[in-house]
Amino acid sequence: MSDEKEKELNRQEQAEAQPGEQEAEPKGEAPAAEPAAEAQPAEAAPSEPAAAAPAAEPTAKVSAAAPSEPAAAVDPEREAKLKAAAEARAARAAAKAAAESAENAEAAAVDPEREAKLKAAAEARAARAAAKAAAEGGDGGSGEAAAVDPEKEAKVKAAAEARAARAAAKAAAEGDAAPAEPKQPSPKQPQLDEAVALIRAQVGDDAIEEAYINELNGHLPTLVLKAERLLACAELLKTQESQDYSYLRNLSGVDYETHLETVYHLVSLKSGSDLALKVKADRENPQIPSVVSVWHTANWNEREVYDLLGIHFPGHPDLRRIMMPDDWVGYPLRKDYEPLDPEV
Amino acid sequence: MGAWLEETLTWGNALLFFLWGVILLAIVLGFVTYAIFFERKVIGWMQYRIGPNRVGPWGLLQSVADIAKLLIKEDTIPRKADRVLFILAPALAYVPAFAVLAVIPYTQNLYFADINVGLLYYVALSGISTIAIVLGGWASNNKYALLGGMRSAAQMISYEVPLVISVVGVIMMSGTLNLRSIADQQGDWFWQWNFIPQIIGFVVFVIAAVSELNRTPFDLPEAESELVAGYHVEYSGFRFAFFMLTEYVYVYAIAALTTVLFLGGWHAPFPFLTWVPGIIWFLLKFSFIVFFLFWIRATLPRIRVDQLMGLGWKVLLPVSILNVFLTAVYLELFVK
Amino acid sequence: MIRTEELLLNVGPQHPSTHGVFRIIVKLDGEVITEATPVMGYLHRGTEKLAENLNYTQIIPYTDRMDYVSAMTTNYVLCHAVETMMGLEVPERAEYMRLIVMELQRVASHLVWWGTYLLDIGAMSPFLFAFRDREIIINLFNELCGARLTYNYMRVGGVKWDAPPGWIEKVRDFIPYMEGKLDEYHRLVSGNEIFLARIKGIGKYDAQTAIDYGLSGANLRSTGVDWDLRKAKPYSLYSRFEFDVPLGKNGDCYDRYLIRLEEIRQSLRILKQAVEQFPSSGDVMGKVPRVIRPPAGELYVGIESPRGEIGCHIVSKGKAEPYRLKFRRPSFVNLQILPKLLVGETMTNLITILGGIDIVVGEVDC
Repeated sequence: MSDEKEKELNRQEQAEAQPGEQEAEPKGEAPAAEPAAEAQPAEAAPSEPAAAAPAAEPTAKVSAAAPSEPAAAVDPEREAKLKAAAEARAARAAAKAAAESAENAEAAAVDPEREAKLKAAAEARAARAAAKAAAEGGDGGSGEAAAVDPEKEAKVKAAAEARAARAAAKAAAEGDAAPAEPKQPSPKQPQLDEAVALIRAQVGDDAIEEAYINELNGHLPTLVLKAERLLACAELLKTQESQDYSYLRNLSGVDYETHLETVYHLVSLKSGSDLALKVKADRENPQIPSVVSVWHTANWNEREVYDLLGIHFPGHPDLRRIMMPDDWVGYPLRKDYEPLDPEV
Repeated sequence: MGAWLEETLTWGNALLFFLWGVILLAIVLGFVTYAIFFERKVIGWMQYRIGPNRVGPWGLLQSVADIAKLLIKEDTIPRKADRVLFILAPALAYVPAFAVLAVIPYTQNLYFADINVGLLYYVALSGISTIAIVLGGWASNNKYALLGGMRSAAQMISYEVPLVISVVGVIMMSGTLNLRSIADQQGDWFWQWNFIPQIIGFVVFVIAAVSELNRTPFDLPEAESELVAGYHVEYSGFRFAFFMLTEYVYVYAIAALTTVLFLGGWHAPFPFLTWVPGIIWFLLKFSFIVFFLFWIRATLPRIRVDQLMGLGWKVLLPVSILNVFLTAVYLELFVK
Repeated sequence: MIRTEELLLNVGPQHPSTHGVFRIIVKLDGEVITEATPVMGYLHRGTEKLAENLNYTQIIPYTDRMDYVSAMTTNYVLCHAVETMMGLEVPERAEYMRLIVMELQRVASHLVWWGTYLLDIGAMSPFLFAFRDREIIINLFNELCGARLTYNYMRVGGVKWDAPPGWIEKVRDFIPYMEGKLDEYHRLVSGNEIFLARIKGIGKYDAQTAIDYGLSGANLRSTGVDWDLRKAKPYSLYSRFEFDVPLGKNGDCYDRYLIRLEEIRQSLRILKQAVEQFPSSGDVMGKVPRVIRPPAGELYVGIESPRGEIGCHIVSKGKAEPYRLKFRRPSFVNLQILPKLLVGETMTNLITILGGIDIVVGEVDC
């Protein structure tokens, strides 16, 4: 048991390294184990990390602290945010301990196998994800839904739900970001517009799914293209005098869990202007046409993406694994990758 | 020694010959040991390193330790190698290397065999080592070794031709193939040595000799960075030692031969220095050639195979033939 | 029955001239290569996957091990990417420190290349000369951060350690020393007939091919394409310094050789200016939040490493760990042209061409 506590301590410390995601607190007594996710103001914790640090509780007493939870539950509502963060952490730790012990008990009863720890972790993750979704969406209802989740103990589904929750969170975040964008017109906007107009005129209206300026990356004009139109667009962007994106700097693949994506970072060696292309593919049967015929750079890069993310590139001259052994099973960079042999 | 050869062979004579052989072998082994040490030291100094300095005083026993290691090392023979040839190759390489030493004269009186066709004997025997290297490369059943062996065959055959022809000028001038006579005929002034009148032949000879030795910049059969170790990649322990030994015995032989043919053998560079024993002069010249070989090893990069072949056939061979022609013209016009 | 077969030769994974565990399967007709297939992945450590579970500071040591011959630049690209994403201000002194170590690293890296390249070609001594001079730089780094190869020196927002007293002076003393040695190298090697015969006109390609294959660094500039990210897309403080970008004409190994040596000289030029301008006081660590958490979004930045453009593509979800971290490794991209260059060449030229590309296998495999 002391081992587990130590692990719990570790996990808690890790969690503290990333404060402000969500704060959970148990509502009832330990056996009930309903860690309800409270929608804490997400910005409170990051603004006070230093203040929160000294308040770290000696975790050996965490379970002992659990009975005093009602006070903690009330505190955040009326007290200052500074204190709330510290309190909430204690509460969360207690919640976890409680959840775990409850899980242990139940697992012992229902499930003779002792996999309780692992499952508890999965659940906690699900709860956290849900809480985050709630926090970012600012939706009280989903917080309750999240609170119900651990009760159900949908062990197998936990991961899938977490993913859905994260996706929802992302959607919420994007919804927030969208209205902010038009505020300052980007210096690169004309460049983007030109490229968009060109592709619309030469390739077709449906080629571009989305066009935006990536402000984080020095106002990088970014085009999200339809997979089947990628090759035509690439050819056009490379050969067209005004664009001249003859140099492919980088080709990455990203697993977004809802879909896979390849990103092409282009640069024109003459004008020095940059452009990023993105193409999305579904996770089940990802297919993106190969651009090797346009930029030879893509050859090994596409092989690498194929190797690590499992995106197929029809038209590639030699699509084999490049980093992993030829008989490797699975695609390691996918988020849901499980090694065939965990010992390796 | 020559007188004994005339006599009928008795047990006593045979024993004597054997002892002489053993003495020469001991000298050669001593040379090889310290040539390796010297090489490592010299190259070390040229590269701002110290070189071996741990085993024995000033590292003098380093080579001894290396040889001891090689002797007690496991003797591995690859399973798919051609056993007989694999075992035969190192011995076959070493025997001619040692045998050619018989005709080298060290001074007027110190020599082992005074054969009339001494030079021919040298060239003929040293050619056998090529076969051993090809055999070793082939028998190892290793692709690098095979490539190394093939390179070696091509290289040594190509360079044997200019090597021999470059000496023809010397032979024409001295009118003999006997190494002792050739050395003897060179005068007591250094410009009377063959390397001045036969300067073209000398240069071709040195280049071809370095190539025959498989040393940098012509070390393609081994070509560390390309072929890993070339023909002896599969050899270890004692058999590997034999290949190394062969290489250094040939260094000894070539250095001695160059001294005899072109550098006046045991002659002093000036007549007033003749009070210094001839053997000293011989050793000095000999050491200089050895040093020269080590020196270029630390200096030059390796040449490419096609360039090597081109150099051998397109440059050295015509030049050496030209040298023969010029020597003939000179002899015809001025000497006759 | 005589049957002619092509010889299939495995060059590597353990081979003296592949500079690590890299393998090329060559089909040989005699000594002429008819087909070459590079095989890599022997040093693949899954850095990108590992990074997804590490926070940004924890990833920095992994970047050291990627391009272990030029760890400072790999350090920098990650820190630079994160700083750009978070809009962090790096103190001037820290930025100068970074620039100085990066340029020293470029010199050191090119020295390693020079030495090993000549060793590949069969000249032994230059290797030791190069390593003697590199040793000085390594000692400088050692003094700075206690490591000789994997420095783990930079942090998001600055550098970990300030220069110890007298360090800058040592760098200043090193510059004229190295300039002298560079002249010596040229005298020693650059005019050697055998050497020239070995590398002139070998591994030739034109500018169009170079761009098409996405080559960068000296491999690209040897064809005359003027593309150095220090000039083309200035990062760090490079816009403050005067230096030239050496360009080649023929796109062969000889041009690449000359460019790399000239780059050493230009780096020394930058160093000279940097040491002069070096602020006498100031912080080496900027105001950085305790937990580094770039905003959600993605970003790609590339910088000029000694081997070419090393880039970092970060996809962040606003967490302390990157959601996806991808490195564009110049060695990996540059190596793609190898099979094309090798066809019709001899075994000997394989080494010359491979060496001329200048790869670090840790970076190829990542």
